[in-house]
Amino acid sequence: MKNQKKSFFARKRGKILAPMVVLGLVIAVWWITVVQSESVIFPTPWQVVTGAMELVEDGTLLEHITSSLARVAAGFLLALVVAFPLGLWIGRVDAAYVTFNPLFQILRPISPIAWIPLAILWFGVGNMSPVFLIFIASVFPMIVQTASGVHTIERRYLRAAENFGVSRVKLYRKVIIPAVLPEIIVGMRITLGVAWLVVVAAEMIALRSGLGFLIMDSRNAGNRYDLVIAAMVIIGLIGLMLDGITRLLEKMKSVRWRYGR
Amino acid sequence: MEDKIVVDNIKKGFATDKGTLDVVSDLSLTLRDGEFLAIVGPSGCGKSTLMKIIAGFEMPDEGAIKVDGLARKGPNSKGILISQHGSVFPWMTVQENLMFGLDGITESEKADLADHYTAMVGLKGFEKSYPHELSGGMLKRVEIARALVMKPEILYMDEPFSALDALMNLRMRTELLRILEEERHTVLLITHDVEEAVHLADRIMVLSPRPTKIQAVFEVNIPHPRKLSSPEAQELKEAILRELGL
Repeated sequence: MKNQKKSFFARKRGKILAPMVVLGLVIAVWWITVVQSESVIFPTPWQVVTGAMELVEDGTLLEHITSSLARVAAGFLLALVVAFPLGLWIGRVDAAYVTFNPLFQILRPISPIAWIPLAILWFGVGNMSPVFLIFIASVFPMIVQTASGVHTIERRYLRAAENFGVSRVKLYRKVIIPAVLPEIIVGMRITLGVAWLVVVAAEMIALRSGLGFLIMDSRNAGNRYDLVIAAMVIIGLIGLMLDGITRLLEKMKSVRWRYGR
Repeated sequence: MEDKIVVDNIKKGFATDKGTLDVVSDLSLTLRDGEFLAIVGPSGCGKSTLMKIIAGFEMPDEGAIKVDGLARKGPNSKGILISQHGSVFPWMTVQENLMFGLDGITESEKADLADHYTAMVGLKGFEKSYPHELSGGMLKRVEIARALVMKPEILYMDEPFSALDALMNLRMRTELLRILEEERHTVLLITHDVEEAVHLADRIMVLSPRPTKIQAVFEVNIPHPRKLSSPEAQELKEAILRELGL
């Protein structure tokens, strides 16, 4: 028992320690390079930390983070509300699949960044533009993922439901939706990552808040590269956190079956 | 005994590149109320297709199926199919699986009923477990319990135990016989395991190779509990194997 516990901690330690060592090395190389090259513009890691602390103290950092997250949440939830029923419908009804799938397959590979001019044309430079871009980035992959999830439900489960003679509502609530839930969660995880990429790009174009805005603004307002890098690091950390949250969903017992033991 | 299921001259074929492949041809049989009928046939003879037709999941090209004198139109909860690969929903607990088909009673009554049948198949204590936490043999028990909780008049069993190892297979057969002692159902079993058929059934039909029809019928007049090593059981087994060309 004691041995097992030890090896568990040893494993955990390896999982955390090894990446920490790599991170430490990257920071060290960065620091040494900046100091050696005597760069006036490129900041040292410590300058990045003090720059970030400045923003924390005057409260602007929190503001930028919340407005970026709020835009992602709005666009993402909107996409979920549209994509989920549409995906179920297309997945269940073959005629709908044949009719709409080509359209989605064409729209899906268009980078959300390519939509920026249209977003500005339609929605101006307010909050709506990035929300629209995140919606566009999320909705097509989610539709396709949901529909393919419905398609891959094994016949034996549908047959069993048919055998028990359950109502349509129950069929969807207890069989079809739980059966595609694992696919939907995977779709959400992938999509949320893309949405986070897109929001930062979208905010770089004429807005007054958000982490993307912070990057462009810091550069324009006097080459504050310490803040540029601070924003980049924060974007990375929040991305990691979002991924972590969706991974928690994959741990739910009612979806574990799909991901193997 | 009354006739429970009458299969009247059914035919079924599938379209392939080389024309129609006849799977079932001119097959008739009668299943009596409360009877345990086993159908034995070689692999790929169309056993599963026949089962799907009788259980109502597929329509025959010709002929008709009558259950209790009424033409069969589709599957319903009066006859539950237990298939080889199992269909216990992996996203529900054992208890939720058993409660799934129940209707018209309160949730707590459903839960009580579910727990009663979970105990009956020897899975007391696993009500809240998810299928991926159970072994193959336990899953089979859940599947059987989920069928029994519906109080079906007919159980359709399509090679139910063939995915289990020999020991578990034997144990499940004994369990099934014990349960059928408690609650009499009409059972149609399809299997390629002659010994299984001799162990369980009141009557055994042997199918011919594709396009399949009934080649021979054997009455099993051995009282339960049956000893498979007894001379009569051995004799019957050999007679069936001879029909199958072995």
